[in-house]
Amino acid sequence: MYTEKVMDHFQHPRNLGEIEDASGVGTVGNAKCGDIMRIYLDIDDNEIIRDVKFKTFGCGAAVATSSMATELVKGKSIYEALKVTNKAVMEALDGLPPVKVHCSLLAEEAIHAALWDYAEKHDIKIEGLEKPKSDIHEGEEEEEEEY
Amino acid sequence: MEKLIYLDNAATTKTAPEVVEAMLPYFTEHYGNPSSVYGFAAANKEVITRQREIIADTLGAKDNEIYFTAGGSESDNWALVATAEAYSAKGKHIITSKIEHHAILHTCEYLEKRGFEITYLDVDEKGIVNLEQLREAVREDTILISVMFANNEIGTIQPIQKIGEIAQEHGILFHTDAVQAFGQVPIDVDVCHIDMLSASGHKLNGPKGIGFLYIRKGVKIRSFIHGGAQERRRRAGTENVPGIVGLGKAVERAAMSMEERTAEERRLRDYLIERIEKEIPYCRLNGDREQRLPNNVNFSFQFIEGESLLIMLDMKKICASSGSACTSGSLDPSHVLLAIGLPHEIAHGSLRLTLGEETTKEDLDYVVDSLKEIVQNLRDMSPLYEDFLKKQK
Repeated sequence: MYTEKVMDHFQHPRNLGEIEDASGVGTVGNAKCGDIMRIYLDIDDNEIIRDVKFKTFGCGAAVATSSMATELVKGKSIYEALKVTNKAVMEALDGLPPVKVHCSLLAEEAIHAALWDYAEKHDIKIEGLEKPKSDIHEGEEEEEEEY
Repeated sequence: MEKLIYLDNAATTKTAPEVVEAMLPYFTEHYGNPSSVYGFAAANKEVITRQREIIADTLGAKDNEIYFTAGGSESDNWALVATAEAYSAKGKHIITSKIEHHAILHTCEYLEKRGFEITYLDVDEKGIVNLEQLREAVREDTILISVMFANNEIGTIQPIQKIGEIAQEHGILFHTDAVQAFGQVPIDVDVCHIDMLSASGHKLNGPKGIGFLYIRKGVKIRSFIHGGAQERRRRAGTENVPGIVGLGKAVERAAMSMEERTAEERRLRDYLIERIEKEIPYCRLNGDREQRLPNNVNFSFQFIEGESLLIMLDMKKICASSGSACTSGSLDPSHVLLAIGLPHEIAHGSLRLTLGEETTKEDLDYVVDSLKEIVQNLRDMSPLYEDFLKKQK
């Protein structure tokens, strides 16, 4: 069901953990739907992401997408990090099963939430960053006609 | 450990070697169509009758009350749809429970769209149906009560005899989905007042793709598959002779070994429950401790999600299942776990371990040791656990 890369990131998550006194922390998802991601960013004076950590409650794909998302933003400027889309995360993982695409959206959202927190704490505005939704699943459910 | 630890026997079981052995000649030697006139094929008719007798014997039924089907889901669909059709002149109300298998629940939804009214009984926190609510739900136009014998996820065994008595008092047909219970607990259709019962071969070390529906003599139930005179004109299609022979053998085996096998399973089950409860914090046993299938263990582990747990167990060669949404392809966790009142986040972290006849104590020790480590690893990754620990401080 999962690609080798997804399995690798699930078994050996990169940047797992917490950052004390992080520059920005973002938590998205909800336990009701079965996944929550939290991203910690350590951003230096030049607006470069010096370090990043994550914690995730969720399925294999949720863990792997968070792990990959942290890899994609580490060492980047906040503007470069903002451009990391769920599609980029999925591609870097060689794809996800269709039912797991929302996990990659959650990873993108978690990065944005952490950047938003950073911007708020430092009273700055990051061009192109919108206030993240608190619940990624809102309005996403579709009823399938069965008969 | 290189050995595969298979603890998903509620999903399916290993076909017993003697079952396979019994089936093989019916592929290559006795392959004749039982409906044919010549002796070579017609002998298979008697073979089928013999299997019917074996099965009927274990239920206290008569052989002409056993109808072979392609499995549990077909039996459930047939029992509900055909009863609804045959008795719709009397009424269009059916009573079932919230924790049935989807073969029942989705068939009920199908019937609802066709003008039938369904009452879904609540269950208590152990998963047992509310008999008082059942009594109150009975109406003039109720034609059928369908409540499963034992639940596939949490293993709870229902008060089937009492439900049967209520059905009989009111002259309502009673169907039970016994797919998980058949071969695990003794069943007598007369004592429990059961009019229809679904069962499946592959849950009791028999082959897949074969099952049966017990239909009490006198129940007006229509044909579900049309096109032939097989199964007393009620279920057309050339008989799955190897499957039927395999099913008969599996039922015979299960009936003979039931007492000893389930006593051992109960012992191992309780050992597993005890070790998990003692050694893994923040867990909850789902289902009833006593009224429980001998081979079922179901736990919720707080702060973690079921699919991750299954993948981690798989890496240790342990096969299990979960009621998490991620294992169902939807966003909602198991309807059974929600019905017993678990909050979503706890339901997502559920794990079902179902023992089989080959399970050993050593297997379970390995499982608990692995589980301890995995649950801790996943909790260390979990923001929920992090928040919980911070609150504790």
